[in-house]
Amino acid sequence: MTDVTPADAPVPMRDADRSTAWRGTAAVLRRVGLDGRSLVIAIPFVWLFVFFLIPFLVVAKLSLSEPAIAIPPYLPIWEWDGLRLILNLNFENFAYLWSDALYVNAYVFSIRVAFVSALFALLIGYPMAYFIARSPEPRRTLLLTLVILPFWTSFLLRVYAWQGFLRSNGVINNFLIWTGIIDTPLVMLQTNFAVYLGIVYTYLPFMILPLYANLVKLEESLLEASSDLGGRPLATFFHVTLPLSTPGIIAGFMLVFIPAIGEFVIPELLGGPDTLMIGRVLWNEFFSNRDWPVASAVAIAMLVVLVVPIMILRAAQAKAEAD
Amino acid sequence: MNQTVSVASTKPWIAGDAPPFVRIHKVSKKFGDFTAVDDVSLDIYKGELFCLLGGSGCGKSTLLRMLAGFETPTDGRIEIDGQDMAGIPPYGRPTNMMFQSYALFPHMTVENNVAYGLRRDGMGRAEAMERVSEMLRMVQLGGFAGRKPHQLSGGQRQRVALARSLIKRPKLLLLDEPLGALDKKLREETQFELIKIQESLGVTFIVVTHDQEEAMTLSTRIGVMNAGEIVQVGEPNEIYEHPSNRFVADFIGSVNMFEGRVTEDEPEYIKIDSAEAGGEIYVGHGVTCTLNQKLWYAVRPEKLRLSRERPAAASNAFPVYVEDVAYMGNSSIFQLKLPTGRYIRAAKPNLSRYDEDGITWHEDVWVSWDDTAGVVLTL
Repeated sequence: MTDVTPADAPVPMRDADRSTAWRGTAAVLRRVGLDGRSLVIAIPFVWLFVFFLIPFLVVAKLSLSEPAIAIPPYLPIWEWDGLRLILNLNFENFAYLWSDALYVNAYVFSIRVAFVSALFALLIGYPMAYFIARSPEPRRTLLLTLVILPFWTSFLLRVYAWQGFLRSNGVINNFLIWTGIIDTPLVMLQTNFAVYLGIVYTYLPFMILPLYANLVKLEESLLEASSDLGGRPLATFFHVTLPLSTPGIIAGFMLVFIPAIGEFVIPELLGGPDTLMIGRVLWNEFFSNRDWPVASAVAIAMLVVLVVPIMILRAAQAKAEAD
Repeated sequence: MNQTVSVASTKPWIAGDAPPFVRIHKVSKKFGDFTAVDDVSLDIYKGELFCLLGGSGCGKSTLLRMLAGFETPTDGRIEIDGQDMAGIPPYGRPTNMMFQSYALFPHMTVENNVAYGLRRDGMGRAEAMERVSEMLRMVQLGGFAGRKPHQLSGGQRQRVALARSLIKRPKLLLLDEPLGALDKKLREETQFELIKIQESLGVTFIVVTHDQEEAMTLSTRIGVMNAGEIVQVGEPNEIYEHPSNRFVADFIGSVNMFEGRVTEDEPEYIKIDSAEAGGEIYVGHGVTCTLNQKLWYAVRPEKLRLSRERPAAASNAFPVYVEDVAYMGNSSIFQLKLPTGRYIRAAKPNLSRYDEDGITWHEDVWVSWDDTAGVVLTL
């Protein structure tokens, strides 16, 4: 090994030793194309490779294999008979998804639920985020803490708590009967309404936080300028506030829409038997049917379904931020 | 100065027959315990370019914001063109404002920024765009209509902000530190441009600034503010040569101030004995004061003369020691020490490129001034 960079003369002896040792190591690393910068960047890449890409490839492999009554319950996709590699890719699982209306309906329904929920979260979250962003300082921190407060309780517990509110002898029905507004309890639990409610409730903070982060940066002077030039409050909102908060709206929408598509717990606990969201279908396929290949195909197809709206939203966000 | 003379020649604030265009009557603004604007009364006339001048936190911006409608006065009334402004929101006022930070809409092109006011008033797009391109030509931004604010330089943004605030032809334009973000050279050029635009459009301008030079160059009249109050209102030369109190004398330009007591009080002259100056100061005109009253004498550095011999005819002359000379290019500032230990300043224009025999460091010389050179201040 040659000393690529000799130690500088005025450096004290001890430091010089240490830096020489480090420089030697750095020189070796550099020879294989690694410097401090690329090492730092490498960490998230390694993480994503180990915990995302490898599991994804496993699932992708599973989705192309043939189911079997065995442990594990599928056949390998390749065989080596000593001379030939026999690749056995089974696309039947995907064809099956397409042929059975159950899956297509579940996808369409999931996207609809996620979209409508994200829309409602936006309609409810926007005024809240706006109000918090415009609040004076001590109150603003308090309100933000209140938004995050539900996270201190388990998500599962909170969804269970909604059961207590929504069921026929639950809090809401009891109250309405007590006040005499209704005589027979309303059916709310195990309906699609309950699913929408649960998703909007659960994901609302994910809408509020990015919107808040965006709206808090909105300069007061821009609103004043609009008002000064004759813009009434509503005109100011639609011409200044709303366009400038587009990146926040898109970020919040993505944070609600994407996880809501694959949501399993909320439709399971609050939805009825006909609430067929894709997360639930996947769970049944995997645990009840033990059909791992089809379950994997459902997961892969869901990913494909998700990639398209994510790419559209990303492009819109990039454009909004460039403006 | 000659730019402002044509406007000032009418001087409605002296004639007193025209009604004021903006009437600020006993206006106060409190934020909690803090009084930002304290009982201010001010009349501003049509076509004026009025400067509110003061240090930061003196209440000048708050006063401007009350005119625009962003703040509500705690007390008093504001009338614009004879109309009481109480309860009228910013979008209902005949004013427009040019913001200190310009407050250009970052998501809109230059063209749409300027058109914003017209569009909000319901003007059609085609008509608005015609007015906009005309206005952009006036501020020399003809080729920049399609740019976004972040693609412009500071000076260009300033002109977009000006165009946007003028497009609705407001009766009153409020400018908050309009040239504050520009560098010195650009600022000087823009000052004259601003005066030209103001004169050609006949709009009344109220400008808030902390820059006294800017106030001097721009305005027909200046209102000097301190701690929420208006301390003096007057034409630029009046403010400079006849400050009404020590704050104004000190705030505008630089000044040598001597504290003293009246020793002779005659109708034709007074004499002030000043321990700080180390002698008697002769003032060649009568002053309303009483014998032995404590007062202050202020004289500006450029009114002082330096000589090696004591000038025979000078009514005020003191021996001084030249401690420091600051060469400024067009003039030199002399830091002088009186025998009493007090420092004073004298300014001398550098009239010649070669001044080898000039007074310089570590010389004992005489400083003198005319009996009309200084101002007697009682406040």
